[in-house]
Amino acid sequence: MEIPYTVDERPDTGLYNSKIGIWLFLASEVMLFGGLFSAYVFLRLGAPAGAFQEWGQELNIPLATLNTLILISSSVTMVMSWASLKMNDFKKYKLYMGLTLLCAFGFLIIKYFEYSAKFSHHIYPSTNTFMAIYFTLTGLHMLHVIGGIIVIGYFFGPGAKMWKTGPKHFANRIEIAGLYWHFVDLVWIFLFPVLYLL
Amino acid sequence: MSKNDVTDIKSHVKVYMLVFAALAVLTIVTVSVSYLDLSTSEAVFLALIIASIKGSLVASYFMHLISEKALISWILILTAVFFFTLMFLPILSFYDWVD
Amino acid sequence: MAHISETHHDEPFIRKYIFSIDHKIIGLQYGITSLVFLFFGFCLMLIMRWQLAYPEQAVPIVGGLLGEGGILLPEIYNSLGAMHGTVMIFLGVVPLAVGALGNYFVPLQIGAPDMAFPKLNMMSYWSYLVGGIIMIASFFAPGGAANSGWTSYPPLADIATIGQTIWLLGMVFLITSSLLGSINFITTIIQLRAPGLSWMRLPFFVWGQFVTAFLLVLAFPPLEAAAVLQLMDRVAGTSFFLPSGLVISGEMLDVSGGGSPLLWQHLFWFLAHPEVYVLILPAMGIVAEVIANNTRKPIWGYRSIVFAAAFLGFMSFIVWAHHMYLTGMGNAMSMFFQTTTMIISIPSVIILSAFFISLWGGSIRFNSPMLFAIAFLPMFGIGGLTGLPLGLGASDIHLHDTYYVIGHFHYVVAPGTIFALFAGIYYWFPKMTGRKMNETLGKLHFWPSLIFMNGVFMPMFIQGLAGISRRLWDGGLEYAHASNVLQWNEFMSISAWLLGLAQIPFIINVFMSLRNGEKAGKNPWGSTTLEWSAPSPPLPHKNFEKIPEVHRDPYEYSVPGRKRDYTPQTEPQKG
Repeated sequence: MEIPYTVDERPDTGLYNSKIGIWLFLASEVMLFGGLFSAYVFLRLGAPAGAFQEWGQELNIPLATLNTLILISSSVTMVMSWASLKMNDFKKYKLYMGLTLLCAFGFLIIKYFEYSAKFSHHIYPSTNTFMAIYFTLTGLHMLHVIGGIIVIGYFFGPGAKMWKTGPKHFANRIEIAGLYWHFVDLVWIFLFPVLYLL
Repeated sequence: MSKNDVTDIKSHVKVYMLVFAALAVLTIVTVSVSYLDLSTSEAVFLALIIASIKGSLVASYFMHLISEKALISWILILTAVFFFTLMFLPILSFYDWVD
Repeated sequence: MAHISETHHDEPFIRKYIFSIDHKIIGLQYGITSLVFLFFGFCLMLIMRWQLAYPEQAVPIVGGLLGEGGILLPEIYNSLGAMHGTVMIFLGVVPLAVGALGNYFVPLQIGAPDMAFPKLNMMSYWSYLVGGIIMIASFFAPGGAANSGWTSYPPLADIATIGQTIWLLGMVFLITSSLLGSINFITTIIQLRAPGLSWMRLPFFVWGQFVTAFLLVLAFPPLEAAAVLQLMDRVAGTSFFLPSGLVISGEMLDVSGGGSPLLWQHLFWFLAHPEVYVLILPAMGIVAEVIANNTRKPIWGYRSIVFAAAFLGFMSFIVWAHHMYLTGMGNAMSMFFQTTTMIISIPSVIILSAFFISLWGGSIRFNSPMLFAIAFLPMFGIGGLTGLPLGLGASDIHLHDTYYVIGHFHYVVAPGTIFALFAGIYYWFPKMTGRKMNETLGKLHFWPSLIFMNGVFMPMFIQGLAGISRRLWDGGLEYAHASNVLQWNEFMSISAWLLGLAQIPFIINVFMSLRNGEKAGKNPWGSTTLEWSAPSPPLPHKNFEKIPEVHRDPYEYSVPGRKRDYTPQTEPQKG
């Protein structure tokens, strides 16, 4: 027995199952990062006036700006890889997926430099509440980037086989992976100004 | 894959590129604005507005929300309500305090 | 299209029973695991109640594990308390209500072959089991299990022994399990309803599970965030919840400070309040099913209770700080939360009233499921009513953190939800196993349980009003103002032990009926909802021989002019 509406849309809702599933998951992620943003605000209000701005000076704005542009680019390449599938162009799909992965790794590399610079200056999460929430927010975001790399890597590599056996199902899966990846980008779009610029 | 689908997607691609450009520009804007001499609340307001515009572009066009079914939008609206509750009510507790 | 093995009988044992992706097997896995955890959590309480009845006397049987000379040490009492709450809520009641009964019966009641995401369902179960094992393993950590309450308030929880870290890790697994599960439930109910099953034809059980799933998916993540923050405090030396200048045992803590214990409370209660509605909504769903079936009448006010359930779910997100009235909040906060809290009592009253009214004029069959379902009504009523003085700030000042609170919430969960879950088990046992449970044993289970539940929890209101605080290892012995209510401790403890004995007929009944129970066909109770048109038990992986078509509302009982006093949802309209 097959589960209905895994590939084709259910007529009255107009959706296939995993589209709803991923949006629900993203809704839960909004609440997860929401909890952490709420903590940020709470801690900032509780800190001495100007403390968060002062502690925030330690952060590297140019590097983070570059990271922001990299992540935005990866979002474009991700949606282009889905669009390529919809246009039946498997080669382009692979190209864009590969570019997405490259951007994702680039993001991680820059984060590595950022973090190690902090640690070498003896700045840790325990140093003050700003650094605590900075490391936690960016760290959790980074874990999500890594999760994305695993999923995208899978669909770039071994998972791409499904294109031959179930093209529409495969395109759906790439759309779902894309939604997740765009969300990771979206979180960073808010993280960046809040942590680095305010 | 019908011919219509393909031309459909091609017009989408144009949109993706425009959105990409807008996002890049807005990123530069938000960084530049942070160097202006603004009060904290002005800076916060401006930063969040720009981020919201960027976020809306990503959500609407990359995530296709602008043409998505109503059900998804309703789930997100519900989420947004609770998100803002979580953000604002604890803040209220900061200012509404028994001394 | 997702492909599930048609040749089910060819599946290796491990695929068929251990890593099954069939929602029925997963439901049974959840059911067995949760019942074991419920038993364990119950035993923790029995030990606590010994200490409360006979302070500083050696605990029989398990005394050797607990401290010097078998006398319960205060730290261990606190571990028992924190873990009793944690185990009962997160490892017992919710997995039984949602993971077991929900998982098993939601797909059946909507006419689906399985959940929308069967593999995700399997992962939810295994995440739950791993989380549960981690939680139990914490008892063996140096310093014992978590002992800062199930609420894990910092600063205490931040500086507690390693058992608390293990608790946090366990919670991450449990929260993950719930999140994955709730995504599955919502998608399944939206997408896999059988042809003709419109929203207003859904059994109320499905509505209850639907709203519950939304609560879980949106309310749990902030607690996950908070758990991460507390882990950071404990492991990475951060000060998310540690205020500046904190002094422990005469020494200033060597941390950056600047944090806030209130931050934890906000994030914790943001989940924990909706969590209590997670505890009650599936139970209300079960009560609706059982009452309709055993009064041979539709539920009165179906539309009202559906909207009430949805409204309840929504409101549950904006009442949380009524757990925090004593934290120094000002008038604006306090007024806001009192108002929302009073408003949220309305949908509960609507639902309870509808159930009471449903009994009127019914041809009531007093079988085991119905006894538990009927008892739910006044028991939940007491629980709900005693919540009112807690929801109002002025009276809460006196009652907060006293035994009154413990009495209140246990009434809602124990003779409330757990009774409803028993009703569900008695009602649905024939569908799951093809055999009915024994009625005599059922009554032997029910009557003493009802009496002793009240014996344990009613005196708590008396003790609370007299001012005995909760979480006291000596049960108020040191309080001069409590001296005239202390005698209730022994009474409550004896009731608790007898309550434990009252569960024995149930345990015997389950095992006995599995082997020798009266064989049940498809529909032994003469019920209208879709699960009863599947075989007992339903077919592996596909449930129904053919996907049913729905033509009717869920509770067409005793419709005038018809031969039978029930009409299944699948029966076509004539003409």
